[in-house]
Amino acid sequence: MGFEILLQLVVTGLAWGSVYALIALGFVLIFKATEIFNFAQPELMMLGAYLAFALITTLRLPFIAAFFAALVLMIVVAALLEMLIVRPMVGEPVLAVIMVTLGLANVIRGLTGLIWGYEELQFPKPFSSDPFVVFGAVINQAEVFTILATAVLLVVFFLFFKYSTAGLSMRATAEDTTTAFLMGINVKRVFTASWAIASVVATVAGIMLATFTYLEPIMSHAGLKALPAMILGGMDSIPGAIIGGLIIGVAENLAGFYLESYLGAGINEIAAYVIVLIVMMVRPYGLFGTKQIERV
Amino acid sequence: MAVTRFCVRNYKQDLRIFPSPSAKVALAILAVLLLTLPWWAGKYLVFIACVSGVSIIGALGLSILTGMTGLISLGHAAFMGLGAYTAAILSAKAGWPMIACLPAGAVMAAFTGAVVGIPTLRLKGLYLVVTTLAFQFITQHVIYHWESLTQSDKGIKLAEPMILGLNLGTYDRFYFVILILAVVTALLTKNLAMSRTGRALVAVRDRDIAAEIIGIHLAKYKILAFVVSSFIAGLAGALYAYLIGLIAPDHFTFNQSVLYIAMIIVGGMGTVLGTILGAIFMVLLPEAINALSGPIATAYPALAPRIGGISVVVYGLVIILFLILEPQGLFGIWIRIKRYFKTWPYTY
Repeated sequence: MGFEILLQLVVTGLAWGSVYALIALGFVLIFKATEIFNFAQPELMMLGAYLAFALITTLRLPFIAAFFAALVLMIVVAALLEMLIVRPMVGEPVLAVIMVTLGLANVIRGLTGLIWGYEELQFPKPFSSDPFVVFGAVINQAEVFTILATAVLLVVFFLFFKYSTAGLSMRATAEDTTTAFLMGINVKRVFTASWAIASVVATVAGIMLATFTYLEPIMSHAGLKALPAMILGGMDSIPGAIIGGLIIGVAENLAGFYLESYLGAGINEIAAYVIVLIVMMVRPYGLFGTKQIERV
Repeated sequence: MAVTRFCVRNYKQDLRIFPSPSAKVALAILAVLLLTLPWWAGKYLVFIACVSGVSIIGALGLSILTGMTGLISLGHAAFMGLGAYTAAILSAKAGWPMIACLPAGAVMAAFTGAVVGIPTLRLKGLYLVVTTLAFQFITQHVIYHWESLTQSDKGIKLAEPMILGLNLGTYDRFYFVILILAVVTALLTKNLAMSRTGRALVAVRDRDIAAEIIGIHLAKYKILAFVVSSFIAGLAGALYAYLIGLIAPDHFTFNQSVLYIAMIIVGGMGTVLGTILGAIFMVLLPEAINALSGPIATAYPALAPRIGGISVVVYGLVIILFLILEPQGLFGIWIRIKRYFKTWPYTY
């Protein structure tokens, strides 16, 4: 009995963790390329999910078509946001840039509320609701597909950054913007591309999350938990973001089940933040982040 | 008249808190207007003035931590919440008078500020942002779930604010309490900025390692900034609790923390005047949006349940446009207007 519950909790945790990992990945990508901290990332996730929802319900597209159409739309949206709103802020103080992305988050959240309302919406279920039964544990199909989709996406990104020219130039820009610029890399295009990719991962995260929960503007609060995930892994580390996301997803699910009777209901909602506080005391640059050596 | 009339010619001039005679006249007029506000303004305006006053105090606290010392905090509302709840619990359950509850709230927040400040000494930039964010969410959670103490979302009702047997329970009386404390906080912040301590804090912001090398005790000043900032936040929170009379967990959420960051950025980072302007602006903005969206909601009842969306969008848009067009904030605009009149008829 104990083992089945544990397995079930771990799988659910991994599914949530994949969602956090993808959003955190978007944070890290934008941060590495542009040194901008995009607080609107959870809102991009939500917007992506709502767009897919609209495409499925109003245009009656099949799930796969809507999924890819939403990705394309979100790439356009993110590229426009980068060019119109974020680029004028390059070189301004960190805090001003953070505030702009927080403002952007407000705008997206407000627009979503305005268009689709604040009620919970049921996302059309693309996967059969019959659960898988593994070793006696009952596992939701949507969660398994979420984990798989994340894994596939991560492999694709790994190959993209390792072998494609575009991926290499993005890594070069992340390493040293000025040198990359001098080497003939179109840095502006890289900035736009990093926003586009971040919106792609966010949209995948949003749609997958919607398949095993509901669609509502509060979704973006779940997305905010990708922040501790990212910090836990180390702000400038892509593997760190993924591992941090998975750790937080699993830990909060386990905490929610096993610790609830001791620490009260809702402990799963802050487990992520408690973990990040503890880790920050021991390793102030996260688990995999580079320790910065400063010279004056 | 020589252009040098507004130049600083000696140290004594530079050390004055209010630099020019015209500034003194303007301040005197402002003082008279503020002191007589409850007699010429309506109840609503007095209430808005009270909220602005509380926000000014809170924002000044954050500007010491973030503007002066450069430690970005997304947990300011949590400190305010601690102050507010300490005051409320002491007032409602222990029956303490207001004169004791206000400092108690502030001290409680300051103590927590010191505790939070210690582990954050090693953190920089965005790591600090997320750690304070974690503090914010954990505090919010504790306030919400520690029902036996905080009564969760039922809220706590405070006793009437009394000083020396005088009931200050109405807005136009409590306004003076807020006004006095806001002015005192502003003067103290200004004074702090001009003192050795203030310069040390600015040095920590600009280059902390360099500051340490020239003999500034980093840990001491960083914790000092946390303590002072959260003390002021706690005071603001306690005042807010007395102003509203009934506090609930949703007065001190993450969005409030963001709002305070917005105040100090929109105002202009690290300046007292900018912070005051920013606080007033961010209090008035949602009121203005509501005043405009109210009639729209009555005209198109179908839109009414979603009208909140419009205010959120406009709110976000104003912040974005403001920062893109005027990164120096309201303070930058103020300086430009002032320079225009000072140097008139010369453009530069």
